[in-house]
Amino acid sequence: MAALLQVARLHAAYGPTRVLHGIDFALEEGSITALLGANGAGKTTTLRALCAMVKTEGEIRFGGARIEGKSTEDIVRLGIAHVPDGRGTFVNLSTEENLRLGAYVRRDKREVERDFERIYGYFPRLKERRHQQAGTLSGGEQQMLAVSRALMLRPRLLLLDEPSFGLAPLVVREIFSIMRTINQSEKVSILLVEQNAAMALDLADHAYVIETGRVVLSGTSDEIKQDEAVRRSYLGY
Amino acid sequence: MNQRAVILIALALLAACALPLLVSNYRVFQFTLVLVYAIALLGLNLLTGYNGQISLGHGAFYAIGAYCAAILMDKFGVPYWATLPVAGVVCLVVGFLFGLPALRLEGLYLALATFALGVSMPQLLKYHHLEKWTGGVQGIVIVKPDPPFGLPLSPDQWLYYFTLAVMILMFVLAWNLLRGRVGRALIAIRDHHTAAEAMGVNTALYKSLTFGVSAMYTGVAGALGAIAIQFVAPDSFNIFLSITFLVGIVIGGLASIPGAIYGALFIQFIPNIADEISKAAPWAIFGIFLIGFVYAMPLGVNGAIRMLIARLARKQQDGLRTAGSPLSENAAGKPENDSHTAG
Amino acid sequence: MDALIHQVLAGLATGGIYASVALALVMIYQATHHLNFAQGELAMFCTYLAWTLINAGFGYWAAFLLTVGLSFVLGVVIERVVIRPVENSPVLAVVVVFIGLLVILNSVTGWIYSYTIKTFPSPFPAEPLFGNKYMSSHEIGAIGVTLVVLLLLYSFFRFTPLGLAMRAAAQNPASAKLVGIRVGWMLALGWGLACAIGAVAGMMVAPIVFLDPNMMAGILLYAFAAALIGGVDSPGGAVFGGFLVGVLENVLGAFVIGNELKLAVALVLIIGVLVVKPTGFFGKVHVIRV
Repeated sequence: MAALLQVARLHAAYGPTRVLHGIDFALEEGSITALLGANGAGKTTTLRALCAMVKTEGEIRFGGARIEGKSTEDIVRLGIAHVPDGRGTFVNLSTEENLRLGAYVRRDKREVERDFERIYGYFPRLKERRHQQAGTLSGGEQQMLAVSRALMLRPRLLLLDEPSFGLAPLVVREIFSIMRTINQSEKVSILLVEQNAAMALDLADHAYVIETGRVVLSGTSDEIKQDEAVRRSYLGY
Repeated sequence: MNQRAVILIALALLAACALPLLVSNYRVFQFTLVLVYAIALLGLNLLTGYNGQISLGHGAFYAIGAYCAAILMDKFGVPYWATLPVAGVVCLVVGFLFGLPALRLEGLYLALATFALGVSMPQLLKYHHLEKWTGGVQGIVIVKPDPPFGLPLSPDQWLYYFTLAVMILMFVLAWNLLRGRVGRALIAIRDHHTAAEAMGVNTALYKSLTFGVSAMYTGVAGALGAIAIQFVAPDSFNIFLSITFLVGIVIGGLASIPGAIYGALFIQFIPNIADEISKAAPWAIFGIFLIGFVYAMPLGVNGAIRMLIARLARKQQDGLRTAGSPLSENAAGKPENDSHTAG
Repeated sequence: MDALIHQVLAGLATGGIYASVALALVMIYQATHHLNFAQGELAMFCTYLAWTLINAGFGYWAAFLLTVGLSFVLGVVIERVVIRPVENSPVLAVVVVFIGLLVILNSVTGWIYSYTIKTFPSPFPAEPLFGNKYMSSHEIGAIGVTLVVLLLLYSFFRFTPLGLAMRAAAQNPASAKLVGIRVGWMLALGWGLACAIGAVAGMMVAPIVFLDPNMMAGILLYAFAAALIGGVDSPGGAVFGGFLVGVLENVLGAFVIGNELKLAVALVLIIGVLVVKPTGFFGKVHVIRV
């Protein structure tokens, strides 16, 4: 079975500074895959490359078709939702307006309203704060909002960039467990970039470790968790 | 500062000193104005380029400096060189005082407040209760000073050298200020206000002082300008002067000292060139120049020069590496062969 | 007392004009996060278009609607052609482009149409409403038009998906792209709308001050002040600001300071307001989590 996402020989650069030096990885439909590595390894850049937010070279196949060269707005329409690092919340709009924007490209109005209810079911706190200005929500609530906004697209693939950043462990656990639910019940594939390797490996099925713009290790999360040498040298625990 | 920069500056100074001996008196007068504007633009750049506070009203400080000089020379017989410190101090104080309430305003709101200042100045200068001092609509006429010690120069040439000396002094002062703690503080305030405060920078004091110093520079320029033109009148200091200054620092290059000079050359000579291209709609041509310059050099002339230097330096380095890596840029600046640019 | 009422009402009348130009400014700001200095000249240019149409034999309302349509297109074209190349440049560089645009429009209009003043017709009856002695029918009509436009705009931004998308695109273009909004076209749309509103404002102003290439300059200044005093992200605030500025200008000019300094004093007062309320009366205070 062809993977949902296939990346081959991916290079990326910010202006003259090259960050990715030929990355290869794949993501099976319905799976949760983690991209791990230290600060500055190129994990965030990989996600950005998938969404055409940086200059790239190489091949990116989504659902079998090549998408490199498409604009960000077109890639969204193919069903890839990206929750960027820093969350990218529309801070001056209300919570509900943020969610509505997540469904901007969809035509099925009734289903969109149903999705609102579903999201509020996962995150009741967002429903309480639906009319509140999004910038005044707490860090954890903003992360929930960011993920929810991505889910409103009904994506096939969800890209999560450092969702645990700056959040208390309990909050992260809550969000991650909802991620697992969404992955299992709604068949949303997830590509997760994380510095917190331990929590990421608990959630993910597969993992790739990236170091200075190259993939240095890959395997199932069980394999990686059990390999002590790998854990110590690449993941720091 | 590296060796190359020192050599270039020395050459530029040499050229500047030789200039008045080679061209007509009228051209000398024009270049004197370039020097004057350079000082004014450096003042504005301190505030807007380095410190991020937009001012659409610096024409007002220029006017205050000009009128200081004119009134002192005309009504009190003060020698021309003594008017400069007075103009500077007056503008320093006025600028600082204006900077205090302006602390509460940001971005657009500050722009409007300074815009109001710029718009009001001609009206204030024409106000009939102040006519005794300002000469009302007719303004004040002053006499160009003669060269001292019987030097064999025309008044225009002497004034040029005098202005050049003042300019060099003020530029060195600014350069010294900006490359140390003060410069870093200004830029920190501009780029990340909250962080700067959290690190203990007294942002309020710095911002008001910067306003004052910026006004002082522009005021001294105004005084020099008045002496050069030998005339001050309210309508020469209208809002277009302030807008011209802003245009000057953007075209020249924000947050740069040489940018003040490039900008001054632009605002002095481009309108003349535009006029020669089209008598019917000269300002349309000027507008086209403006847009064209910004398209070609969004970081100003200074920014463009620096990018050029950086690119030449990189080419030197790249020439030493082996070829064949993807994403390297060829001479035309385009990525090679099979690369895909996204977004 | 009678004189005061007269000045206040006259102020409201001119205030209506400032309000509609301020609206156009706020519109562009909501869509692009830039304050468009060329707005006045664009409005003036479009009013000349209307004048040309009327002189070519079109009826007033036909010319009006056609001008609004053409202005919309003009705004979109200017954004895509002139502004797009500097979309990612520093703010002040964009400001200089606006200034260039302003200067070109003014100069070209003067060159095509000459600087002699022209009259511009009003769609409203010549007799004052109910025979009142304070405001002409045109002045009342202009205020009415402004309020209608405001209502339409407010509804558009608040209740339509496109309006929401435009606001999002202006506030956070990167995130807007990530939800699939075509940010470039949102900007173009914003410009189109602002240009159309400006044209309406120009067509309301011209019968009062007569049509000439410099007619919008003074108005633009007050419109800026109005937009900021009302809060630059609030269309309602812009309208409120417009009326306030109009009344202030008239009352100050007649009773306090005379015509010589009324511009300066009005502006000083506006600054005073801003010092007390730095984001205007109705502007949102932006909360930023560090």
